[in-house]
Amino acid sequence: MNDDTLTTTYRPVIGLEVHVELSTASKMFCRCSSDYFGQDPNTHTCPVCLGLPGALPVPNKKAIEGCIMIGLALSCEIALFSNFDRKHYFYPDLPKGYQISQYQSPFAQKGFIMLSNNKKIRIRRVHMEEDTGKLLHQDLDSRAVSLIDFNRSGVPLVEIVTEPDFDDAEQVKEYLQKLQQIIRYLNVATANPDKGEMRFEPNISLRKANEKDLPNYKVEVKNINSFSFVERAINYELRRQSSILESGETPTQETRGWDEKRHITVGQRSKEEAMDYRYFPEPDIPPFRWRTEEIDEFRRAIPELPDEKKARLIQNYHITDYDAELLTRERRLADFFEEAVKVGQGHGIDPKTIANVLINKKIDVETTVPAELIKDIVASRKIEAIDETELQAIIQEAITNNPKAVEDYKKGKTNAVMFLVGASMRKLKGKASAERVKELILAYLDAI
Amino acid sequence: MQLYELTISEARKGLEEKKFSSSELTSACLERIKSVEPKLHAFVTLTEEQALQQAQKADFLLGSGEVRPLLGIPISIKDNFCINGILTTASSNVLRNFVPPYDATVVRRVNEAGAVSLGKTNMDAFAHGSSTETSDFGASRNPWNIERLPGGSSGGAAVSVAADEAIAAVGSETAGSIRQPAAWCGVVGLKPTYGRVSRYGVIAMASSLDSPGPITKSVEDAALMLEVLAGHDPLDATTSPLPTKPYRQLMKEKSEKVTIGISDDYFDGVDPEIVSAVQNALHELERLGHKVKKINLFNPKYAIAVYTILQRSEVSSNLARYDGIRYGFGRDAFGEEAQRRIMLGTYSLSAGYYDAYYAKAEKVRTLIVEDFAKAFEEVDVVIGPTSPSTALPLGSSKNHPMFGEIADVLVEPSTIAGLPGISICCGFSKDLLPISMQVIGPYFMEDLILNVAYQYEQVTDWSNRKPNL
Repeated sequence: MNDDTLTTTYRPVIGLEVHVELSTASKMFCRCSSDYFGQDPNTHTCPVCLGLPGALPVPNKKAIEGCIMIGLALSCEIALFSNFDRKHYFYPDLPKGYQISQYQSPFAQKGFIMLSNNKKIRIRRVHMEEDTGKLLHQDLDSRAVSLIDFNRSGVPLVEIVTEPDFDDAEQVKEYLQKLQQIIRYLNVATANPDKGEMRFEPNISLRKANEKDLPNYKVEVKNINSFSFVERAINYELRRQSSILESGETPTQETRGWDEKRHITVGQRSKEEAMDYRYFPEPDIPPFRWRTEEIDEFRRAIPELPDEKKARLIQNYHITDYDAELLTRERRLADFFEEAVKVGQGHGIDPKTIANVLINKKIDVETTVPAELIKDIVASRKIEAIDETELQAIIQEAITNNPKAVEDYKKGKTNAVMFLVGASMRKLKGKASAERVKELILAYLDAI
Repeated sequence: MQLYELTISEARKGLEEKKFSSSELTSACLERIKSVEPKLHAFVTLTEEQALQQAQKADFLLGSGEVRPLLGIPISIKDNFCINGILTTASSNVLRNFVPPYDATVVRRVNEAGAVSLGKTNMDAFAHGSSTETSDFGASRNPWNIERLPGGSSGGAAVSVAADEAIAAVGSETAGSIRQPAAWCGVVGLKPTYGRVSRYGVIAMASSLDSPGPITKSVEDAALMLEVLAGHDPLDATTSPLPTKPYRQLMKEKSEKVTIGISDDYFDGVDPEIVSAVQNALHELERLGHKVKKINLFNPKYAIAVYTILQRSEVSSNLARYDGIRYGFGRDAFGEEAQRRIMLGTYSLSAGYYDAYYAKAEKVRTLIVEDFAKAFEEVDVVIGPTSPSTALPLGSSKNHPMFGEIADVLVEPSTIAGLPGISICCGFSKDLLPISMQVIGPYFMEDLILNVAYQYEQVTDWSNRKPNL
């Protein structure tokens, strides 16, 4: 079995569930702080998130707003009626014996994310639920014990579920980057996978290339906490399942876990052991009946999202698609750029230059302000007190004297240009900026 | 007259006029408890020391002229209300060691009103029953005849009031758990509208139905207790934001004549002695100028099926947290009744059965809500017997898994609809057991049902009778 058979005989069918922890000040159903990361165990708890007898959940308005904002940003329909449900299962980190989640009437449904190749990944639903506590397996007084930390119990989680629309792991990765970017733009979550703030559960199966129907089995992989592990887990599963299919069998419908150390998936629970969650409407929380005006208000609060922002930057400032892409990865960087452009206008600095400086010099927008950046650019311009002809001559000389570097560059070793920049800079003795020199050299090289 | 025999209103007057102190009143109740408890077993936990401290504090405040609705009044609290630092077990073995680290909202409210808490009253374990003999700590007994059941699940609460152990009691009702024991013990039981009184800190039975409320010696006391207990609670999302009312004032001032609805099905199969007592009460109300009108409500038997499904389903969910990991005892510590309810509820919520049971029961619940809404277009209140029988003999609930549902058949429809109801004594049977009727009103019209019950109480003296202990 090799990857060729995989691509010619089978087509992957991949869907994705993503959990995102919202960064609200308090938890989903109580007043405890939801900022549990790195805190001492069980210091952020109360009767509600400990599930003590008699305690009742009161929903966090901010969290629900966050969930609806995510739904709207993903072009979802927002249901005018929605409610919480109880999802029952037994696990020591679940203090009530059920998780408050949403089943039949989630806050948002039927949205999509558009990938760069114009493929539409449909989003089935966006719903709100509470996080569980955390089990810590460790040795205590030389006994192996399982300890429970309820600091995370009740932290608001948004679950985003796609249709099985992905063709490969690449697409999943792009989708995740876009999703993370959108959520960060909304400022409702920090969505750092390495802190457990964003978690992934792909479901993967293979259908015959010539068949349209979905396969009669599905494998779900749990416990993944990085983009690259999602990719690896999917690719591992595709290979594993195709060899099973090749041998004439059908892979088992099951839940598998991702083993971070061995980079493989391992079986956890098969279909026969599938859970019956016994969902029913949460009687402790009245259902939500939204008015259209309320939804419109949420809609108005949605900031400009990455795709629109990118298109507008290209349109307004005539920067390249590539630059716009990089500048809009984070909202803060894009905002910084626009602010700097405004300041730059007064100093005759064009947007393109600002974009270049921001991208190439990897300016940390957290530690500086736009005006400061423009001041630096103006200052660096001043040192270019060198005669243009002289500058051209020095550069030409560097190019003539280093045919090897030129050849390398032409072969595709783009780094070779830095050698030429270095040679020129030595002669210039700081009378021109490296950026400017690099720009000119590239223009020359591309013209040859 | 003994101090412990006083109503809240009488005791308040005496305290304010310095005829006696809260410490004296509290000691009188504690003495009374000591003398009758061996016969009755109304309490599962007594907090004598704490009560005397609270009474001392109340005396200090009374001395400084402080006025609070329950200042210095000794009351009992049902064992399913969490009290910070006090054993709270819901009379079940599963929680026999549970000491909550927090107060239920109702407990906080009575504390702020200045009440003295005597202890926790016995109940059917986890409130699963209408007899109080399914308590894991032994049955309570009816003060009118100790060979009889007090009813339940707030059986201990009703006994504590009927036997003058406490001046008043805080109980809770899911379907009948306030009204039915109040009826069997001949005291006043008020079940407020669902969402009128906070459930925060009340160990849940069926979350969509549970309603805390008072059990008292008089209608006026019930109105006063409601003023203390009622109101929106930011810790309970199902409490109503509607403002509460000056219930005592409205209860006394209102004088307009009401139309009372009666439905034949509510008298069907009811003990003839009870039927005639309730009919006499209706005549009495007619003499006061009120109108009695026949209406057609759904037969209450339909409510049994709906109630059973909804309640068992919610119970199975609410008891899931007692998973053996915390609280010290495993699921094998659940009594038979809890086990039965968990199994039935788990079944009715299972995939493939949900629509046939829970979802259908919810639909019928809506029909029952609409049925009452229609009735309240024609009449102001509905009156019927509270219970089809007087207090049954001890042991009656044994081997009868549906004992509670049958005993509570007449309160279940209004419970399912979430309506308020009050039970008040309206006679005695040949064998000297109390007979009670209930007044049911529209949502948040507690003032109206209190008013009707109060008018009746003013012209009769049933509630002045005391059991011979």
